[in-house]
Amino acid sequence: MKNRSLISINDYSKEEILHILKIAEEFEANPRQKILENHVIASLFFEPSTRTRLSFESAIMQLGGKVIGFTDASSSSVKKGESLRDTIETISLYSDLIVMRHPLEGSSRFASELNDTPVINAGDGANQHPTQCLLDLYSIMQTQNTLDGLDIALVGDLKYGRTVHSLVIALSMFKNTRFHLVSPFELKLPRSIKDFIIANGHTYEQYTDISQVIEKTDILYMTRIQQERFADQLEYERVKNSYILENSMLENSRDNLRILHPMPRVNEIDENVDTNEKAHYFQQAQNGVFVRQALLASILGLR
Amino acid sequence: MENKKTELKVSALENGTVIDHIPTGHVLQVMRILNLENFEDQIYFGANLDSKKYGKKGLIKVSNRFFEDLEINKISLVAPTATLIEIRNFDVTKKSGVTIPDTVEGFAKCINPKCITNHQKVATKFYVTDKDDLKMKCHYCEKITKKNDVEFL
Ligand SMILES: [Zn+2]
Repeated sequence: MKNRSLISINDYSKEEILHILKIAEEFEANPRQKILENHVIASLFFEPSTRTRLSFESAIMQLGGKVIGFTDASSSSVKKGESLRDTIETISLYSDLIVMRHPLEGSSRFASELNDTPVINAGDGANQHPTQCLLDLYSIMQTQNTLDGLDIALVGDLKYGRTVHSLVIALSMFKNTRFHLVSPFELKLPRSIKDFIIANGHTYEQYTDISQVIEKTDILYMTRIQQERFADQLEYERVKNSYILENSMLENSRDNLRILHPMPRVNEIDENVDTNEKAHYFQQAQNGVFVRQALLASILGLR
Repeated sequence: MENKKTELKVSALENGTVIDHIPTGHVLQVMRILNLENFEDQIYFGANLDSKKYGKKGLIKVSNRFFEDLEINKISLVAPTATLIEIRNFDVTKKSGVTIPDTVEGFAKCINPKCITNHQKVATKFYVTDKDDLKMKCHYCEKITKKNDVEFL
């Protein structure tokens, strides 16, 4: 995968995804290896995203690499009207690899095709965020020892949630996933993605009540429900408290159940869940560092 | 009578191409897509002509100009019914229809207002995912533009 950009999770085959997850295991066991000592990585955040940026920068620095870049567009030449093409062409000359986040959709694909410097997409608008998807897969693999034949419950905003869509598409590369889709009526998973599930030989069921799935799933993937997504504010008021996970609700869940969340959470997972051994969302965030280390090492030809 | 007039015009072309059966109302669009607006040799074009098959149709005749398949297929997005007639020495040498291409580059607009191609100087590029009921997936933002939403740059 040397010198290959990662823009969309669909750019990688199942084998390539498994290869990255395998390398990530090595970094989980030993995250501080000075393999990037002679490398400069550009971290270009055209819009702020503190969590993603810090995760990437931590991944780079723990491997001994140097970071250049900016944390939002206001502090760069972009503000003076420089085109994305010029920014990328210039910074490519200063760095071995570019990590970029940009509010416009397709911007990372465009940047990756300008020259030979590989690009990792850290989010392009509502389009793709493939490293989030990889860390989700890694967290599932880490807790279930497989990506085949799992019961995966997805909870919350399944209509607009980019993270959920990518995860469904990625899991569909594996075998016999049973998706349990829990959302308010207004925020159901789009038809096109449900068709994709069926076309790839998996199954799904839809629910509006989280308690209907807790006892029959291996993964409980929670997401935020945003008020502004509702056309009908009364509907929001009616449903907002029915998608909150409390520790007491987990009593009869499977032993191997693990709870994931792309973070940040607002109130959809009560803090009383945090000490339950089934809570895995902080570990999941940390996995982001290992997966990003694996990607950097792989793209730079070091693994 | 009407038919005869059309024939006369066609036969008047010594060398060149007749693009017939253009959906009426799309003639200027076809001219723009084929970049004929700046063409220097003779061009005749007409709209609202009578057509047995379609009721009304548009037609363009271009002197001393022939089209490659790749070039002409661009018009298939707006004029899937178009017929191409090549004329050399007053004789019809080739008649063909148009087919929707697999990729559409540089002349259609992406429907997504947040797409990079709508904000910066980036040539658009689409993959046609459905030819019967035209759907094109943007190479950049991955959103689908459908037939009724197609706008030309
Ligand atoms: Zn687009």
